[in-house]
Amino acid sequence: MKRPARRREAMAIPMAVYAALFVGLSLMYIMGLSMLTRGEGFAAIPPVTLDNYERIISPIYLRSLLLSLRLAGLTALFCLLIGYPFAYFMAKARPGARTWILLLLIVPFWTNALIRIYGWKILFSASGPINQLILALGLADRPVKLLYTDFAVLVGMVYAMVPFMVLPVYSAAERLDWSVVEAARDLGASPLKAFFTVVVPMTLPGILAGLVLTFIPSIGLFFLSDLLGGSNTMLWGNMVHNELLKSRDLPFAAALSVVLLALTGLVILLYRRKGGSAETMVF
Amino acid sequence: MWWPAPAATGRKTPVADHQVLLSLRDLYKVFDTQEALSGVSLDVYEGEFLTLLGPSGCGKTTTLRIIAGLEMPSRGVVLLNGEDITGLPPEKRQVNTVFQNYALFPHMNVEKNIAYGLKMRGASRQEMKEAVGKMLALVQLEGYGKRQPGQLSGGQRQRVAIARSLVLSPRILLLDEPLGALDLQLRRQMQQELKRMQRSLGITFIYITHDQEEALGMSDRIALMRDGRFVQVGSPEALYERPETAFAASFIGETNLLRGRAAAVKDDGVLMDVGGITLPADSSLWISPGDPLCLSIRAERLYMSAAPVKEPCRLSGTLAESRYAGGERICVVHLPDGQAVKSRRPTEGEPPCVVGDKVYLWWHQASAVIVRDDLEVAP
Repeated sequence: MKRPARRREAMAIPMAVYAALFVGLSLMYIMGLSMLTRGEGFAAIPPVTLDNYERIISPIYLRSLLLSLRLAGLTALFCLLIGYPFAYFMAKARPGARTWILLLLIVPFWTNALIRIYGWKILFSASGPINQLILALGLADRPVKLLYTDFAVLVGMVYAMVPFMVLPVYSAAERLDWSVVEAARDLGASPLKAFFTVVVPMTLPGILAGLVLTFIPSIGLFFLSDLLGGSNTMLWGNMVHNELLKSRDLPFAAALSVVLLALTGLVILLYRRKGGSAETMVF
Repeated sequence: MWWPAPAATGRKTPVADHQVLLSLRDLYKVFDTQEALSGVSLDVYEGEFLTLLGPSGCGKTTTLRIIAGLEMPSRGVVLLNGEDITGLPPEKRQVNTVFQNYALFPHMNVEKNIAYGLKMRGASRQEMKEAVGKMLALVQLEGYGKRQPGQLSGGQRQRVAIARSLVLSPRILLLDEPLGALDLQLRRQMQQELKRMQRSLGITFIYITHDQEEALGMSDRIALMRDGRFVQVGSPEALYERPETAFAASFIGETNLLRGRAAAVKDDGVLMDVGGITLPADSSLWISPGDPLCLSIRAERLYMSAAPVKEPCRLSGTLAESRYAGGERICVVHLPDGQAVKSRRPTEGEPPCVVGDKVYLWWHQASAVIVRDDLEVAP
């Protein structure tokens, strides 16, 4: 009995080594870095200080943080509104049709993310198809500013994140015992009531997993907001990016990263407490 | 097809003096290309315990789901109390279902499961609390209200499922093989409890099973199904004592079917030709000479003896197998034409019969039944 168990544990060793080296060590490095001071070029030098964290407590960063949280929250919300029905009907579709629907969802991701975002850039531009349509329909007499707005960033983020909502919700909906829904109808629930009292609670683990999977990456995204929001939309990820590559202040960039990390950890902690049973947990 | 229970059995028929509660009229159901129901008609009486019995795939669950409103018939009408409810969604029918796998709400505790239907009706908190308490007492689950379905045994889940449906006082309770997942002992106990509940509440039960013993022991009437049709509908006695077809005779109880033809039809019965031997038999069916028929003789009513007998209904053969089964012995006898018949006899005071002996079989003419030969009807 002991041997197979031990062998199973041994299988985890490569992964553990990998995680310790590339995740654990680099995290420790970043945390250490965040408490140093900026030197020449990319250098970071003593003294050890908490000054970097003090600097973060300022209106600029607070505003950026709130904007990041708001956009990430809205992204998760819209992903839920779009992804849930999608996943629900996919789970209800015939097995043959399911494969095709799943393919429709995945195929766009065979193209590089950056290229797809450039696609949105063209769509949103002043002379792009959307504005041409608006002008042709006479809804406005001048092109509407779509690109370089929070709206454009939100659309891009929802677009990029929707699959991360669809997949966990789908896997929850697919395992749903439909006879339980029939039982609800049998006991007097209208289709809508049965949906909210039975289907939603029973797929809640999938919903929570989807919310976490869309919310967390959305806080840290930076190239999306760079391309679609320009300098108008400074998200937390953009702050880190700027400090790192433009100001070359590695310790401060590290401190910003640590804050982001702490935030992410907090969300996951919350999720772990409320997220249902162990087998449906994604983290 | 409803066969009135005979006065001779002395059993009170709880259905005869009641009115029709539910009517199924010529129901058809086609799934894709397969016909699950091919013209099902049935009247169900107020307060009766009706069992839909049949092999798997015979259409019993489809029939039940159409009554519940979970399935729409391709053709035909469902009347509840004379009112056409064919197009009514399940939530608008005064009919509730106990599902085969119980289908409890896994995210609600026992109390909330039971109160669900009342909540959907907009009952007050007080009403719900009282009704749930009453139901928990009825199904003997007091003190289990706060448990989650996952913490209950199969039998307990079963009770919750029943309570959850009964709390709405439905006109009809539909039960889809409710005891299928339980072990034998628990099953027996639940059979009695269900019967007791049905009697005391006076609610019409439509019960699905493929277990003929269960059907015989619990039902007021049994509707035997096969290939999307009713084969025979009647009291357990009627189905056991007077099956109309070979399928009915062999599905309920253990029987020997001797295949043959009607040699002559007389006023008081039929002479049957079974492999060259002419046997007298009673019959209440419309029979013409030459009809393909079977003579059904129940294994426990087929007597075996080592010495020749003078009975008019007799056969002889070779004892091929003799199996001891406690209170009775199961003997298999090979007839000269190769057919095997089974005889069950009490082991008490057994005469010595050894495998290989020539034995004589006999029966009372009244205990053999002529049935239509439907054994080779293609589905």
